Amino acid sequence: MKKTGVGMCLVLHPTGRKGGGDPSQAIIQLKPDGSLFLKVGAVDLGQGALTMLRQVAAEAMDVDIATVYASNRSDDLAPLSAGSAASRVTLVDPHAVMEAAKDLRAKIAAFAAHRLEIDVENVELADGKAFAKDNPHHHMTFADIGMIANLGEGVILVGTGAWQPAPVQGHDPETGYLDQESVISFGCCVAEVAVDTDTGEVEVTKLVQVWEVGKAINPLMVKQQINGGLQIGMGFALRENLFPHYPDPAHGIESLADYSMPTFMDYPPELIHGIEEVPHPMGVKGAKGFSEGSATAPGPAIISAIHDAVGVWIHEVPATPEVVLRALDAKEHGGATDYWSHQDRSAWLA
Amino acid sequence: MNQYIGKAMPRYDAQGQVTGKVRYVDDIKVPGMKCVKVLRSPVHKGEIRGLDFSRALKVPGVVGFVTAQDIPGKNAYGRFQDMPVLAPENRVRYRGEPIAAVVAADEDTALEALSQVRLDIEEQTPVFDMFEAMQPDAPLVRHDSKSNLWVHYPPDITEVTMVKGQMDEGMNQADQVIEGRYSTGVQDHAPMETNVSVAYRDEMGRLVIHTVSQTIYAHLGMLCAILAMPMSRIRFIGGRVGGAFGGKNDIHTDHIAALAVLKFGHPVKYRLSREEDLQFTTKRGAFVLDFKTGVKNDGRLTACRIDIWHDTGAYAGMSPYGLEKCAMFAPGPYDFPHIKVTARTIFTNRPISSSMRGFSVINGQIASEIHMNRVAEALGMDPWELRFTNAWRDGDQGVTGYKVRGAGALEAMKKAAELAGIKLPDKLMSMSSRGRQAS
Amino acid sequence: MALFAEEHSIPMTHILSFQLNGAPVQALVKPSDSLLDVLREKLDVTSPKRGCDSGDCGACTVLLEGKAVRACLTCALTVENKQVVTVEGLSQDGKLQPLQEAFMAHGGSQCGYCTSGMLISATALLAKSPHPQRQDIAQEMSGNLCRCGCYEEITQAILDTARKGE
Repeated sequence: MKKTGVGMCLVLHPTGRKGGGDPSQAIIQLKPDGSLFLKVGAVDLGQGALTMLRQVAAEAMDVDIATVYASNRSDDLAPLSAGSAASRVTLVDPHAVMEAAKDLRAKIAAFAAHRLEIDVENVELADGKAFAKDNPHHHMTFADIGMIANLGEGVILVGTGAWQPAPVQGHDPETGYLDQESVISFGCCVAEVAVDTDTGEVEVTKLVQVWEVGKAINPLMVKQQINGGLQIGMGFALRENLFPHYPDPAHGIESLADYSMPTFMDYPPELIHGIEEVPHPMGVKGAKGFSEGSATAPGPAIISAIHDAVGVWIHEVPATPEVVLRALDAKEHGGATDYWSHQDRSAWLA
Repeated sequence: MNQYIGKAMPRYDAQGQVTGKVRYVDDIKVPGMKCVKVLRSPVHKGEIRGLDFSRALKVPGVVGFVTAQDIPGKNAYGRFQDMPVLAPENRVRYRGEPIAAVVAADEDTALEALSQVRLDIEEQTPVFDMFEAMQPDAPLVRHDSKSNLWVHYPPDITEVTMVKGQMDEGMNQADQVIEGRYSTGVQDHAPMETNVSVAYRDEMGRLVIHTVSQTIYAHLGMLCAILAMPMSRIRFIGGRVGGAFGGKNDIHTDHIAALAVLKFGHPVKYRLSREEDLQFTTKRGAFVLDFKTGVKNDGRLTACRIDIWHDTGAYAGMSPYGLEKCAMFAPGPYDFPHIKVTARTIFTNRPISSSMRGFSVINGQIASEIHMNRVAEALGMDPWELRFTNAWRDGDQGVTGYKVRGAGALEAMKKAAELAGIKLPDKLMSMSSRGRQAS
Repeated sequence: MALFAEEHSIPMTHILSFQLNGAPVQALVKPSDSLLDVLREKLDVTSPKRGCDSGDCGACTVLLEGKAVRACLTCALTVENKQVVTVEGLSQDGKLQPLQEAFMAHGGSQCGYCTSGMLISATALLAKSPHPQRQDIAQEMSGNLCRCGCYEEITQAILDTARKGE
């Protein structure tokens, strides 16, 4: 028999490396035709680091994004980034790009002041041009500047930037105190499930996941991250375990056929995402990272929905069909409404 | 004004992806490139008594073997510098641990050569259960350590403690105390791209390594130490990865590919098969978490006590860092006046646990949130209301002392309820993360 | 083909000829080579990815005579004189197919490693049923894994392509 239920949860995800020491760098160069070359160190794992940072650079330089070429290839002249980990890139790397843009804008302004024969304070940069504030017609395009600087006057116009949230800190061993801010994103998930009480299979029929991300620099990619986290999150909550008989090391999992990560068939037919923005004081335009968290949020909502459906709290994940059936069995035969399979292992009970 | 922040745009490389033009490390081919494969421990714990390559070296197409003796620098890497590149001092601590690497003309030849290696290994008693591993008489996973517990604070503190307020006092103020024990399994990242490296010498004699690393600069530093080479002699090229999810935060292939080039000079590719990647790379490790929550009948939380055990496998990977993160955030986004968390990292003879999407925070959160819904049930309160009442507002304080800024839990919940078609009472909908007015 | 004759009499290699993305190609292959080996290692066609080498992930999916097959499970010698299409052959004269455009617009790729296989499977699906329902897509595409979790976006891209093709 299929029984349906609904569950919700609220989770957090800390963004940036705990304990600080989390630097990133960026370089922006003005090319002879006025186009810009953005070089960053953030690895693109699929999360879209390069796409996002290119958007930040184009806005910070106030140019058409089509004129910005960007690379994150960690080749010889590559700025450093502490890594694409800890949901840190969206919090940290945009600052490095903003700093590099500020540096380059100052250099372009100084060069334009000299060519336009005006005070540098009178130079404004907007829409790919440098002009006199008191006479906007008196201007040079970035293409003019790039050409004259690089090929006419033999000047290289490069902006560099670096940023980190905090220097390295450790916890106080007695209290855990850490002298550092934690930038936190918040996720709320509502899941609807159908539990097959004969097979123990749990089908997620609808899932709503919302993340408060400070500022969504690219809402399409934020959507991808929210919906995408469900893949690992649902696997964690319902299916994947390399050691199904933990702590027994026997596993028998050698291929993806044995390791049943969610497929198209497992994704809920109704999948709804939501983005909420409460700008964080530390982020560029308030942006903070969150993408790891979208794997966290589905699990507790799904497990709570199972409880709503069949009246048992599953205390272990993944809640595989075997676990669900055993939990239903324990409830039927002993009236237990909480289930943890290791209860009979005395060694596990300190 | 050119505005792009906040604009939904297709990926910069989307066209390259849909036309098959994006080049990943496994797509790189270098003339004369040989194949690297690794001999892995067949036992969970043991000491190597003999390693005879003579028959394997006779297989046509075999170039040679790399062992721990060929490492010019440190045979250790990782955030805590405790993972060996190749079995050190002839000891293995988990099934699948790399012992030696073969360089051969192609994969078939490499696998044939590995099957011809005579490995004499003395199997020793392993320990798999982290609670057994904590017993005083448990077999040591690391023969050179005092116990199977990781030392979080040298010289000898193995337990992570995080405290806010007076936990006992908070429990005394509670009308109800709800307890629960939770456990989480072992998960693999399983990115579609398995770990792979291509390495060779360039025209300047520099070592070039094409990597799938997530944390390039940390790994470059580790490679310099392993290879005893300055950064100027290594060109470490990455940036394009076919999925990682934390699994490429630790080096899996770059170091061994590099050693093969240093020893034999041929360009090489070292690519893990799916079987290897699934079974023997770093994992999301298992956790057991005990929760005890004090709450007033009106739903106000008074205290929480959390106890955490984490199985890191045979080496630390990044687990100690993750455990601290787990401890720090396991109470969840709630304003508990009193908190005490204790946690420890335990070695077992299992593949290494390290970072994975949601690194350890996910383990604390799934336990905490199932528990919070049990608290709501015990109170007979709607789970939404319990959360609206207690969720962080600006200025609330976490267990390690940080003040919350830019809080957005309530805003996320309101939107989720709306999208899910759940009508929340006006009392809740009128609340905001900007402050905690009486409800 | 005298492939499975007495061991002493079979040539260990064979010159395989087939049509790849509309053009004739030839490769020197061993009987044990898979189509994926031939495409990636011998012909430098890298869009089909080696995600598992055991038919479980779908990252190496190609069209063989218009049907989606796993290149890693396809014995190379069986494609003799047949038509093979990879993602490199989807766009014609530099113009993207509507499905490719839809993948871009809907965010059907993150890391991109599964994308080639997804596009090929979706192409085969749309050829077979031009107006698939959500459930058809889930069933037909379920052999293609995406760990980044782009299933929803890919489903939308396929539905959108089908709608626009009407």
